[in-house]
Amino acid sequence: MPQSNIDAPRVSLDTTDNAVTLVLSGRIDADGCAAVWKKTSEFIIKKTENLSGIPPFILNLENVNYFDTAGAALVSNINGLAKKKGWDKISIKGLNPEYSSLVKLSLDIDPLIHVENHSASLSFIEKKGDEFSDFLSDLGLFITFIGEITWALFTSLKQPFRIRWHETFVVAEKTGVDALPIVSLISFIVGLVMAFQAAIPMKMFGAEIYVANLIGIAMVRELGPLMTAIVLAGRSASAFAAEIGTMKINEEIDALTVMGFDPVKFLIVPRVIASTFITPLLTVFANLMGILGGALVILAFGYPIITYYNQIAGFVTWEDFAGGIVKCFVFGILIAATGCIKGYQTKQGPSAVGESTTSAVVSSIILIAVFDGIFSVVYYCLGI
Amino acid sequence: MKETIIKVENLYAGYNSKAIMEDLCFDVKKGEIFVILGGSGCGKSTVLKHMTGLVPPVSGKILINGTDMVTAEGEKRNRLLQTIGVAFQNGALFGSMTVLENIMLPLEEYTSLPKDAIKAIAMIKLKLVNMEDSAYLLPDELSGGMKKRAAIARAMALDPAILFLDEPSAGLDPLTSASLDSLIMNLAEVLNISFVIVTHELESILTIADNTIILEKKTKGIIARGKPKDLKADKSNPYAYKFFNRNEGKAGFDIRQ
Repeated sequence: MPQSNIDAPRVSLDTTDNAVTLVLSGRIDADGCAAVWKKTSEFIIKKTENLSGIPPFILNLENVNYFDTAGAALVSNINGLAKKKGWDKISIKGLNPEYSSLVKLSLDIDPLIHVENHSASLSFIEKKGDEFSDFLSDLGLFITFIGEITWALFTSLKQPFRIRWHETFVVAEKTGVDALPIVSLISFIVGLVMAFQAAIPMKMFGAEIYVANLIGIAMVRELGPLMTAIVLAGRSASAFAAEIGTMKINEEIDALTVMGFDPVKFLIVPRVIASTFITPLLTVFANLMGILGGALVILAFGYPIITYYNQIAGFVTWEDFAGGIVKCFVFGILIAATGCIKGYQTKQGPSAVGESTTSAVVSSIILIAVFDGIFSVVYYCLGI
Repeated sequence: MKETIIKVENLYAGYNSKAIMEDLCFDVKKGEIFVILGGSGCGKSTVLKHMTGLVPPVSGKILINGTDMVTAEGEKRNRLLQTIGVAFQNGALFGSMTVLENIMLPLEEYTSLPKDAIKAIAMIKLKLVNMEDSAYLLPDELSGGMKKRAAIARAMALDPAILFLDEPSAGLDPLTSASLDSLIMNLAEVLNISFVIVTHELESILTIADNTIILEKKTKGIIARGKPKDLKADKSNPYAYKFFNRNEGKAGFDIRQ
């Protein structure tokens, strides 16, 4: 927008032995202030350097035709700088009475003296110590919670009719049935890619049919359960954490407590039960889809499908299959428990739900990896 | 006669082309405190959302300083939005920023002022709402009344000509609510800001409002308009009379009968 001449913000400073006069004119709004702010500060700091005494400081606002809080900030800044240079007060001339209360307000504030941030800065060691103590207390809470969930599960099993079965099935549908496409797709691709990558070097030895053994054993024992668990950790642990975290922020959990419900039984038990039983079922699908992915590669190499089937059926045992499925029960518990606990521990504030969701996914993936390692050692010792 | 700053013409308010309020016409003058009243769920907040450009109305015009909020687009709409400020019911302060940073944000985005100037302006806004001691607190650490005051300070960041407040005194104790009222009157006087307020607080309406309209669900329109004191005394309009003299109305099934 073109500014008319009267509107253009201007500043000038006259110094005589009798008075220092700072003249502001034009439209002193945010844009006007931006135009003259630096100049004003420079004038006051530099042009008043060679004064012999301290003559009165006059701020002339006669030709100001608009003035808002941005202008008030400018006046407040002028006042602050003048004080710094030794003036006790500045006198204001030609003030339009419409703006007098704003100017009075601006003289009350000294922008150079800001309230300082109260939070003290911590040293590196203090910060690390703080983080470590947070980690320990988190770990303690986690263990307590696992105990609480286990206890709630046991007491619920004593009175199975008290379990909220409807909610359990709804959660099972959301975490299980709805996750089927993504679990299938990922397992199929993993089976396909792994078979393809393995077939190339094995073909050099004429051993490409053994790709079937590789896919069969890897999917059933390891990759099927692991891929399913990781997908569920990303999909369901985060959902549980967000759902329960939002309930916590909205005081819904407090509402449950004062109504006499046990929030752990009410919210967490259905999710843990659903997730525990749905993970092995999804894993069966994942195994199947992974093996189908491998089949595609074998077919492409010119073998009939029956050869592939016989190869797998002759090599993969029921123990392998059962070992994979047993792991999944544990993964299911871990995913649901981590998601729910992180949701339950959500702090206040808008970023809290995001933080607990992230932490639910990260923690459950770490726990899945750790428990997978433990299972491998145990199976090895048992000779499975 | 004060000049008109908002002119609402034949506004059909509602969502998804279904009007819940029909043919609303009213003016807001410069420096005036204008209150929109009405029973719960009658569409007051919807009208406010139309006026602030959040939701397009079914039809009609909302002229702010002569520019239609409904049809304005791009740069024009942006400029229009800079002339208004909105304080939401729960404050809607950004939780990851301190109160001061919340107020500095629009100034940093829309002006070329140096950082210390922005800080000084933000401090003045905080002083205006009497919250300069809470500048470095996070919104989580504020009480309900402080959140509302901080929200008003943020809404004022760019020195808007109009401030829209959605239920400013809901959930506040009478003392805090009264101090908020005097703050609003003070701002209207000192900064010559026009206020458009949606509220239920009778006490506060009678104290602050220069002008008011009452919306009613059944007739889908404005059932009364004028100065709140006149409406309170006027028995010829039963709905408005009941609204302002709430002891005389009865609602629900009387269990004693």
